[in-house]
Amino acid sequence: MSQPAPIRPPIRAAWQMRIDPRPFALPLVAIGLAELLALRFVPTDSFSLAAPHQIAVDFVRLLVDGTFLSRTLETLGAALAGLALGGLLGLALGVALGLSEVLDRVTSMTVEALRPVPPTALIPLSLLVFGFGLTMEIAIVAFTTIWPVLVLSRAAVRETEPRLMEVAKVMRMSFGRRLTRIVIPGAIPRIFVAFRLAAAIALIVAVTVEIVANPRGLGYGMMLSSQSLRPAASFAFLVWIAIVGWAFNQTLILLERRLFGDLSRAAR
Amino acid sequence: MRVLWFLASLGFTACMVALWQLASATGMASQIFLPAPSRVWEALMAGFSSGDMPAKLGATTARVFAGWALASLLGVALGALIGVSSRARIYIAPSLEFLRPLPVSALVRIFIGLLGYSEQMVLVVIAFGAFWPCLLSTIYGFSAVEPRLYEVSSVLGLSRWSMIREIALPSALPDIVAGMRVGLTVSLILVVVAEILGSREGIGYNILLAQRSFKSADLFAGIILLGMIGYASAMAINWVESRLVRWR
Repeated sequence: MSQPAPIRPPIRAAWQMRIDPRPFALPLVAIGLAELLALRFVPTDSFSLAAPHQIAVDFVRLLVDGTFLSRTLETLGAALAGLALGGLLGLALGVALGLSEVLDRVTSMTVEALRPVPPTALIPLSLLVFGFGLTMEIAIVAFTTIWPVLVLSRAAVRETEPRLMEVAKVMRMSFGRRLTRIVIPGAIPRIFVAFRLAAAIALIVAVTVEIVANPRGLGYGMMLSSQSLRPAASFAFLVWIAIVGWAFNQTLILLERRLFGDLSRAAR
Repeated sequence: MRVLWFLASLGFTACMVALWQLASATGMASQIFLPAPSRVWEALMAGFSSGDMPAKLGATTARVFAGWALASLLGVALGALIGVSSRARIYIAPSLEFLRPLPVSALVRIFIGLLGYSEQMVLVVIAFGAFWPCLLSTIYGFSAVEPRLYEVSSVLGLSRWSMIREIALPSALPDIVAGMRVGLTVSLILVVVAEILGSREGIGYNILLAQRSFKSADLFAGIILLGMIGYASAMAINWVESRLVRWR
């Protein structure tokens, strides 16, 4: 599940940054329009829709009383635990398959058969095996994140400079040393990109699992408000989920640039 | 040689299935959670020979492709319009980037509120989800077109439409196909969510029913069918992509 490269301006130092007002025009117009439409067409006691100002009131309430914070921690915890498990598995498999063409070819059919299984189809299975709770969510996130990490780290390892491998051979480096001194360091920027993409997917999958089945975290908070016919709270959760997702991705992108700078851009 | 590799690969998969059967037969894994592959096969066959599996498979597949096709069409059209204009990109792209990490599954309740537990709801959910990757990679594809090509086309006096069609589109095509591929994956993920939350008959909803009645063989049969839809559609896109690359 690779994503298209983000559209973003070049990196600037903090003191060079000026906030461009133009991107804010569209959201402001959209919110204003929604407010007008809501005033005209949506009754204040609607069970499915709410006006932006009602959503804003509930947003502040949920933010202040700590509901957002505690639910966000539950969701992020599951997403990160699943990412750690699935990402490490995917990395181990990806490095192994990248190093050995034989292994890669022999396992290709198994990998290609498992990869297209939609993670949401595993929600009922995971529920059957683990019951409600953290474990079933982690299991699904892990299954989902294995594949992007596997595919990208396999590609990264394969592109190890062949001359370096020749040098290693001449120097009679052991397999372990070749792995830790040449293959992994060369592939690190791209492996980080793989983890960044997988992290974004992990968060989406975690929220989805909570919406479909698991009674915890942000997704469940949203479903609960919606089922108790409080659309404003439900929309407030939606806005918060969007903010969390955006902030999470921005943090990862920032981290990537800090750590690897131009290397990671060249790797994309 | 390719045949040999294929056989080796097939053999490995067969070994995995055999291990699964063994784990199930020796009782290492509980039959409740992990039914033997033979039982899953029986469930599949039973569903196809007597049950309503073909109808459900048809319904789910039709939803995936209808939603995805709609999303691709709209995504490419809108993406092209935004992508060729640097002004539109400045105004619109940041909002789209902000919305991109939003899980579309979070919007299902809203669509249910607007459209009810209906077929249109499922279609809109899938189309909405598959629309984003397609739109964003189309914008990216069009904004990454060599700027001199745009200059040349304005010197040649091409209209905006023919400029998009003759110059920008071919250059953006690989990105568009990549976005459509992601969109298809998303469609398959969302059809399950929409069927489960919207209680619409189909393979996804069937998996939930199987879980509720502890019919794990039916559950696995459903997962396998969904995986096969995913596999077949990925193959189809690969094929289209390889044709496009050759054509370029």
